[in-house]
Amino acid sequence: MSANLEANIQKKKFSLAFIFSILFMGLGHILLGFQAKKIKSQSSKGIKKNVLGLHHLLFIKGIVFICIEVLALINLKALSKGIYDLVTLGTVTGEKIMKNNDHSIFLMAEGLIIFLIVLVIFVIYIYSITDVYKVNKRLNNDKYYIDNDYTFKGVINNMFPYFVLLPVALLIIFFVFFPLLFSCLLAFTNYSMPYHMPPKNLVDWVGIQNFIDMFSLPNWKEAFIGVFSWNVIWAFVATFLNFFVGLLIALMLYDKDIKFTKGFRTIFILPYAIPGMISLLVWRNLLNGQFGPINLSLKAMGIIENSLPFLSDPIMAKVSVILVNLWIGAPYFMLLLTGVLTSISKNLYEAAEIDGASAFQKFTKITLPMVMFATAPLLIMTFSHNFNNFGAVYFLTQGGPDNVFPPGSGAGATDLLITWIFELMNGMQKYNMAAVLSLLVFTLIAPFAIYNFSKTKSFKEGDY
Amino acid sequence: MLKKRMKQVVYYTILITLVFIVLYPITWTLGSSFNQGSSLQSTGISPIPDQFSLEQYRKLFTETDYLYWYKNTLKIAIINMMFSVAITSLSAYVFSRYGFKGKKTSMISMLILQIIPSFTGMVAMYIIIWKMGLLDTHLGLIIIYVAGQIPYNTWLVKGYLDTIPRELDAAAKVDGAGNFTTFFKIILPIARPIIVFLAIATFTAPWMDYIFPQLVLKSQKNWTLAVGLFEMIDGEANNAFSQFAAGCTLVAIPFTVFFMLSQKFMTEALGAGAVKS
Repeated sequence: MSANLEANIQKKKFSLAFIFSILFMGLGHILLGFQAKKIKSQSSKGIKKNVLGLHHLLFIKGIVFICIEVLALINLKALSKGIYDLVTLGTVTGEKIMKNNDHSIFLMAEGLIIFLIVLVIFVIYIYSITDVYKVNKRLNNDKYYIDNDYTFKGVINNMFPYFVLLPVALLIIFFVFFPLLFSCLLAFTNYSMPYHMPPKNLVDWVGIQNFIDMFSLPNWKEAFIGVFSWNVIWAFVATFLNFFVGLLIALMLYDKDIKFTKGFRTIFILPYAIPGMISLLVWRNLLNGQFGPINLSLKAMGIIENSLPFLSDPIMAKVSVILVNLWIGAPYFMLLLTGVLTSISKNLYEAAEIDGASAFQKFTKITLPMVMFATAPLLIMTFSHNFNNFGAVYFLTQGGPDNVFPPGSGAGATDLLITWIFELMNGMQKYNMAAVLSLLVFTLIAPFAIYNFSKTKSFKEGDY
Repeated sequence: MLKKRMKQVVYYTILITLVFIVLYPITWTLGSSFNQGSSLQSTGISPIPDQFSLEQYRKLFTETDYLYWYKNTLKIAIINMMFSVAITSLSAYVFSRYGFKGKKTSMISMLILQIIPSFTGMVAMYIIIWKMGLLDTHLGLIIIYVAGQIPYNTWLVKGYLDTIPRELDAAAKVDGAGNFTTFFKIILPIARPIIVFLAIATFTAPWMDYIFPQLVLKSQKNWTLAVGLFEMIDGEANNAFSQFAAGCTLVAIPFTVFFMLSQKFMTEALGAGAVKS
C-alpha cells in the first residue's frame, strides 16, 4: 500500500518535470536529475565508481538547455527584429544619404540566418520535451538504470562522429546550403536592375510573379523557349556526336590492318589532356571573324571571298560550339571505347564469320550492342554534364551572338540555361530571374543526378 | 587484297586528316607564342613564326602579372588539395564506419545539395565572404572550393571505404587503437588510390575555374590563371594574342604531361571506387 503510494507520488513529480520542461527548456532535466540521484543513493549497490551516473548526464543536458534558452531570451529583440526584417525586407528608403537606407538584401541574408537559428532552437526545444518524457518513463519503470555508454570514455567515443562532422557541417551549411536556399528565396523577390537595387531602392516579396513573367511576358517566354530547346538539342548532339566519332576512331585504330596505332592514339588523346578552358579560348581566336587564322587561310586558298562569321552568326555559332566541343570531347570516348572493344570476346566475331556475317552485320549485331551496353550509364552521365556545360559555351562565345531574342532577357543564340543564369547575375543583375532559372535547372537535372547516384556503390548497397 | 588496300587508304586518309585537325590549334598556339608580334593579326596564317623569338615570354613576365597568377593558382590549388583531402577523407571515414543519429538524413541532403550548380548561390556567397572580410583574399576562395567539393567527394570516398573489410578496423580496435589511429594506420594506407584521386581532382580544379575567382578576387595581382588568361583576350582587338599563347603554353605543357602520367591511374581508381561492375 505504502509502496504504491510512493510510486504515485514519484510519478506525479516526474510529470511535474514534463510541465517544467515545457515552461522553460532544461528545468525538467534538472528536476529529473535530482530524482535520479535520490533513487541512486537509495539503491547504490553494484554501481561502479567510474560510471557517469544518469543524473550527471541529466544535469549536463539541463544546464546546456537552460543556457540556450537564456541566450535566446537575452537576444529576443535581435531575433524578432531579424524575422521582422525577413518579412518586410526593410522599410526605410529614399534617404538623402544612401547609407541610411535599409539594404533589403543584407536584411534578407541576416533574417534568413536568424530564421534558421530560431528553427534550430525550436527543434532543440521539442527534443528536450520528448527527452524528458522518455527518461521520465524509463525512471518510472526501472527506477534507475545504467548504460555502459555512460562511462567517460564511452561518451567521448560516442561523440566522435559529431566532433568530426561538426566543422564539416558548418562549412556546408554556410557555403553551400545557405547560398542555395538564399537564391531560392530570391526567385520570389523583385531583386533586379534597374528599379530594385539596394541600397538605392528596396526589394519586395512578389510571390510567384517572376515565374508568371518568365512564362507569359513575350520577351522572357521566347528567350526561355529558345534557350531551353537549344540546351536540349545541344546536350543530345554534343553527347552522341562525341560518342560516335570516338567510336569511329576507336574502331579504325582497332583494325588489324592499321599500323602506328599507338602513335595515333597518343596524338588523339592530346585534346583531352589539355585543360579545356585553354583549348576553348584558343579556338575562340582561331575562329575569330576578322583576324582568325582559319578565315585568313581559307581566303588565301581561295575557298571563300569574305570572312565566315563562325562565332557571330547564330546558326554557324551553334555549329562551331558543337564542333569545338567534339574536338575536346571525342578523345575521351575514344579512350573509353578502346577499352570496351578489347574486352569483347573474339569468339563472337569468329562465330559470326562462320555463319557468313558481313562486316556491317558484325558491327550492328555485335559491336554496337556490346558497346552501348557497357557505356549506357556513362552516356547518361555525360548527357547531364553537357546539359550544364558552362565552359564549352561561355569561353567560346559567351552565349552570343546576342541579337536573336527580343531585348530585355539578355539571352544569346548559343546560351545554355547555365550560361544565361551566369549572364543574368553577372552582367544584367537580374537576380530574381536568374534564381527562377536556377530552380528550373534543378528540377530538370535532378532525375539524372539521382540516376548517377543510384549507380554508385554506396547507394547500391543500401548502406548510407 | 585490293579491298584491304582500299580500306587502308581510306582509314589512313581519315586518320591523318584527324591528326592535322588535332595538331592544328596546338602547333598554332605554340608557334605564335614564339612570334615577335603580339596581335592575332600579326601572326598571319602559318603556325610557324618567321623569326623565332622569346619576346612574348619576356613580355608576359615583365609587363603582365602572369607570374603572380601562376603563383596564386599554385598556392590555392595546393592548399585546397590539402584541406579537401583531410576534411573529405575523414568525414567519409565517419560516414562509412560509424552509426549515429542523423546519418541517413545528412547523406541524402548532401546528395541533393550537389545536384545544383554551386554558382547559383553566388549572391549569398558574395555577401558571406564580404561580411567575413575575405573579399579579394585567397582564403575566401579556398573556403568556397573546400566547402563546395565536400558533398560529392564524400560520397565518392565513402563508396571506396565501404569496400574495405570492417574486420580490419575491428581487429585494430581490439588491439587498443583509437579512432584516429585506426583511420591513419589502417584505413588510409588501403584507401590510397581514392585518396590520390581526390588529391589530383582537388588540385586540378582551381586551375581552370573562372566563375569563383572572378567573383571573389578583385585586384589584378590576386587573380588566378583562369581569370588572367580570359581577361587577356577578352575584347575584340586581340592585341595580346601571342602573349596569351605563351601563357597557355606554360600552363598546358606541365598540365598535359601530368595528365598523361596520371590518366591510367585515375580511371582505375575511379572505376574501383565509384561504379559497381
